[in-house]
Amino acid sequence: MKREILEQLQADRAEKRPVVLATFLRTGEQRLLYLVGKKGLKDLDPRIGETARAALIEDKPRTVETEQGPLFLNVFNPPLRLILVGAVHIAQALVPMAQLAGYEVIVIDPRSAFGSVERFPGVQLSNDWPDEAMEKLRPDLRTALVTLTHDPKIDDPALISGLRSDVFYIGALGSKKTHASRIERLTAAGFGADDFARIHGPVGLSIGAKSPAEISISILAQMTAALRQPAASATSAAA
Amino acid sequence: MTTDPMPDVSADILATALGWKLSGKGVALATVVTTWGSAPRPVGSQLAVDDEGKFIGSVSGGCIEGAVVTEALDAIADGKPRMLDFGVSDAQAWEVGLACGGKIQVYVERLDS
Repeated sequence: MKREILEQLQADRAEKRPVVLATFLRTGEQRLLYLVGKKGLKDLDPRIGETARAALIEDKPRTVETEQGPLFLNVFNPPLRLILVGAVHIAQALVPMAQLAGYEVIVIDPRSAFGSVERFPGVQLSNDWPDEAMEKLRPDLRTALVTLTHDPKIDDPALISGLRSDVFYIGALGSKKTHASRIERLTAAGFGADDFARIHGPVGLSIGAKSPAEISISILAQMTAALRQPAASATSAAA
Repeated sequence: MTTDPMPDVSADILATALGWKLSGKGVALATVVTTWGSAPRPVGSQLAVDDEGKFIGSVSGGCIEGAVVTEALDAIADGKPRMLDFGVSDAQAWEVGLACGGKIQVYVERLDS
């Protein structure tokens, strides 16, 4: 491995950029592959690009056969992140649970009385408006977004930013009725059926959850399914 | 206030490898590229070795690290990448094997300047 490649790889990791290190196992020749938009990897045999993308999404390295022999694709994904919009009661239960499950948690609430350090010790808090906060956070394939405020002024900008990103999970708290009016507003904002299929609303698996902790379990379980079984999860979200 | 993200072991391995290299040492990286059966460490697991045989990381949980380090020192010396096969069926050839009954392939490469 060339030192410059390792240095670039470490720089990518520091900046939380998902990257694949591709190694031709016969020659030792290597290069770094990046995701470009939602379509795939630029400047590459499309089949290799697709495999590398799948490896990143599934967070699972693999070998692909090429004309130059086996190509090993090692995956370097940024840590899992959960962006919570709304420093509400449910968030107080969901934050520690998600941290246990390996997520770096960020709570966004422009209402500083809610999003205070006292209520969320040890958590990254932002009192920016969600669209500004989301822009700074640069959500990626390893990021989940959950909106909890019920307030369209706060939830909608976050959802719009989420839909424009590669986040693997979007959940929005609220009843079916709330969700229907949310869909109406997002339609007016130019989004369509493919986008709505990405939003889990009402949020969480249907397990009869009542308390904030139980609702958090249902949300975290649904996030886990979206992360580990993306195909099955997309079908259920669209249903 | 910010919590530190979960400790990422592979970041430490690569950071250590780069640190060794920048301090003028010879360094090799070993990576698990294939597993069959109940292999102890998943594909992608890494181990970094310096030219004195010091290593960080793990490719097997201890069964074959000694043999990997030996090959890594050879790779540091001659610069050639190599593929190592370990498993029950290869136990005689390599004189080390995996107690768990799995099989793994480990790619060893020198970190060049």
